[in-house]
Amino acid sequence: MAGLAISGDRPGHMGPANTMAAAQPPTFGVLKAKSLALWEQLRASQKPRIILGMGTCGIAAGANHVEAAVRESLAKYGVDADIEAVGCIGTCYAEPLMDVVMPGQPRVSYGSVTPEMADKIVRDHVVGGQPLADLAMAVVGGDTVHGIPRFQDLAVMRSQRRVALRHCGLIDPTSIHQYIANDGYSALHRVLTQLTPEQVIGEVKRSGLRGRGGAGFPTGLKWEFCHKEPGPTKYMICNADEGDPGAFMDRSVLEGDPHTVLEGLAIAAYAIGASQGYIYCRAEYPLAILRLKKAIARAEEYGLLGDHIFGTDFSFHIKIKEGAGAFVCGEETAMIASIEGKRGMPRSRPPFPAQSGLWGKPTTINNVETLASVPAILVNGPEWYAAMGTEKSKGAKTFALTGKIKQPGLIEVPLGITLREVVYDIGGGIVGDKRFKAAQSGGPSGGCIPASALDLPIDFENLTRIGAIMGSGGLVVMDEDTCMVDVARFFLSFVQAESCGKCTPCRLGTKQMLDTLVRITEGKGEPEDIDSLLELGEAVKAGSLCALGGTAPNPVLSTIRYFRAEYEAHVVDKRCPAGVCRPLLHFEIDPEKCTGCMVCLRNCPSEAISGGKRVVHTIDPAKCSKCGTCYELCKFDAVIKS
Amino acid sequence: MDSDGVWAEAPHATSLPFRRKKVFLLQETVAPIDDLLAPWTGQHGALIPILQQVQERYGYLPGSAVEQIARFLKLSPSEVYGVLTFYAQFRLTPPGETTVKVCQGTACHVRGAKRILEEVESVLNVKAGGTTEDRKYSLERIACFGACSLAPVMVIGSSVYGRLTTQKARKMLKQ
Repeated sequence: MAGLAISGDRPGHMGPANTMAAAQPPTFGVLKAKSLALWEQLRASQKPRIILGMGTCGIAAGANHVEAAVRESLAKYGVDADIEAVGCIGTCYAEPLMDVVMPGQPRVSYGSVTPEMADKIVRDHVVGGQPLADLAMAVVGGDTVHGIPRFQDLAVMRSQRRVALRHCGLIDPTSIHQYIANDGYSALHRVLTQLTPEQVIGEVKRSGLRGRGGAGFPTGLKWEFCHKEPGPTKYMICNADEGDPGAFMDRSVLEGDPHTVLEGLAIAAYAIGASQGYIYCRAEYPLAILRLKKAIARAEEYGLLGDHIFGTDFSFHIKIKEGAGAFVCGEETAMIASIEGKRGMPRSRPPFPAQSGLWGKPTTINNVETLASVPAILVNGPEWYAAMGTEKSKGAKTFALTGKIKQPGLIEVPLGITLREVVYDIGGGIVGDKRFKAAQSGGPSGGCIPASALDLPIDFENLTRIGAIMGSGGLVVMDEDTCMVDVARFFLSFVQAESCGKCTPCRLGTKQMLDTLVRITEGKGEPEDIDSLLELGEAVKAGSLCALGGTAPNPVLSTIRYFRAEYEAHVVDKRCPAGVCRPLLHFEIDPEKCTGCMVCLRNCPSEAISGGKRVVHTIDPAKCSKCGTCYELCKFDAVIKS
Repeated sequence: MDSDGVWAEAPHATSLPFRRKKVFLLQETVAPIDDLLAPWTGQHGALIPILQQVQERYGYLPGSAVEQIARFLKLSPSEVYGVLTFYAQFRLTPPGETTVKVCQGTACHVRGAKRILEEVESVLNVKAGGTTEDRKYSLERIACFGACSLAPVMVIGSSVYGRLTTQKARKMLKQ
């Protein structure tokens, strides 16, 4: 795609009220032609354009300060330019991002922009017309600028294939025209005017698309089950309750390209025969909810949602349901209960939601990323999608690459890629060039991928086989300083708190497992604890109704499987090899190296350090809370952690 | 209710790091919510959005409002209580003026979120789940913000701060 952003729909700009006297929205052909014309008009704009990454993460990294600096500089140099906000392009490590497009010139992207840098970029590039090759990260789009690499040639982008993220960071998420100009709503138009629901299901089946929310159930098959159920009333739900800590792809898609989710949802609704849809979005994502609300209003205004879409018999309305903070509501039957206004507790299946779901009617639930992939599949053809991936896991998958990695970010790669490529080529390797220890995949339901599996092709089957799961695609990289027992304890404390309490093995079993892990990390573990964790873990998995309990022990089981020696060090030697579990740590000051600089002494929260200016400091073990502040602050490596 | 007769804040339960115990305020003013309820007449699935709207207005769920909601939806107050205690979002005591949330998600955890939380607890002199005595700040620990690439992260009011160190967190709070 052309990959250029144009500014958002302006009030009264091309609105149906302006173009048509009647309340009737324009036909799709007219709408598309106008969107393309607007797109070209903005591409050919004679004003400089400054594009800022304003997703939640961009703002957190300081995009607001950059925007203020840009406005100030433009005023200072007396230049007129359009400032546009886009979603996240995925190179989160380089936030805040600032792109400059000069009339007739390629789009140059600058990363890690500070307010001072922004001023320099405005002065030299916007006013002076000279791209700053030393500061620029890449050229976005097909063009080239001497001395600056192309975006798609960056190591972080080279092996990516963007499907669900195809528009993120490239189009203005608040502009329906930019979406339409980039093939938006074309799939919905084709589906409603040319295809039967069976044909739509057939194409999705042929593409091999599997649910991106975790379990990887074939999407076309899921639609078919619901399609075959009799009855006039059915419901289509988008699962945007991205609860896995460490995953943020759904947020990025909702913030960066909300219309694609609406389009995917409408196509799915047509396939199963629903006229009412819900988007269940977690309340922790206020920006995503705001963008969705605006996108729905806009789509309704243009007749892309609502009654008789494109003049056909198909009507579809979407409501947003805000989650209220319960991890288990990501589970289908729990989500249905929550939409109905009840405690979000899962129930036994059958009946499956396809038979009896929301308000007892046939219901299909698909994840955000799955739905975002659907329009691309229907535009480019199922074969295009199926050409990516492995035999049983087709297409591309987004991963939220985080943890101890140099270039954290949101990536979308063809399945079958190895973890080594993801960590070292795309992620740039481990922070401080430390040793890769494991990657945690699939959040609290997942497990660890050890270093021995770095060259294993990533797909649904392989990950399950080694005891991890694909899950929603959170990929947290851990190095030698990460304690695997502590990681297991962390996940257990999460699932234990989030267990809804319905199934006894989950409610009490996770509590027992957590207590055992806490004991181990405090140095009070017994050698037999490890086997009792394994035994209990299997019981919790077997005795729980839903996926929360069914997968809750995974982080423990997989860390024991690959890092049993680390558990043994905790229970037998009462030692934490990674130096994380505080009760097992001991801090002292090396008198040879201590210069008596007072930094640790002044900052010790427990006042456990004595000494004076140029007098060697000592730590009182009785007072020491083992917080590690002295270890972090000492510039002379004089604090020894053991 | 504590001895000076104002608040009854639930004690922080260490075994439930992500959830707070919830008890009603025993003494409080009447909370009129008729205008919020009216649009939901005859709609199903209204309970959770109503609770969210009431909490948005008052910052918490006053007991009298919970009773009105129950009457409106023809539920027993205990059913409403059952739902509101299930979800982490709902609170039965007023929050402080500003809420500080420290993320304890996976990515933040491996990048030292625990130390950040301890630092914030010590600066504000309040434990996670509590509110400062002057009712200026509430401190919460949350599971994930989805800003993992900037870990560790905290949110003060509605501003997100990323790539934190203990020193940076202290500085942000001072501002």
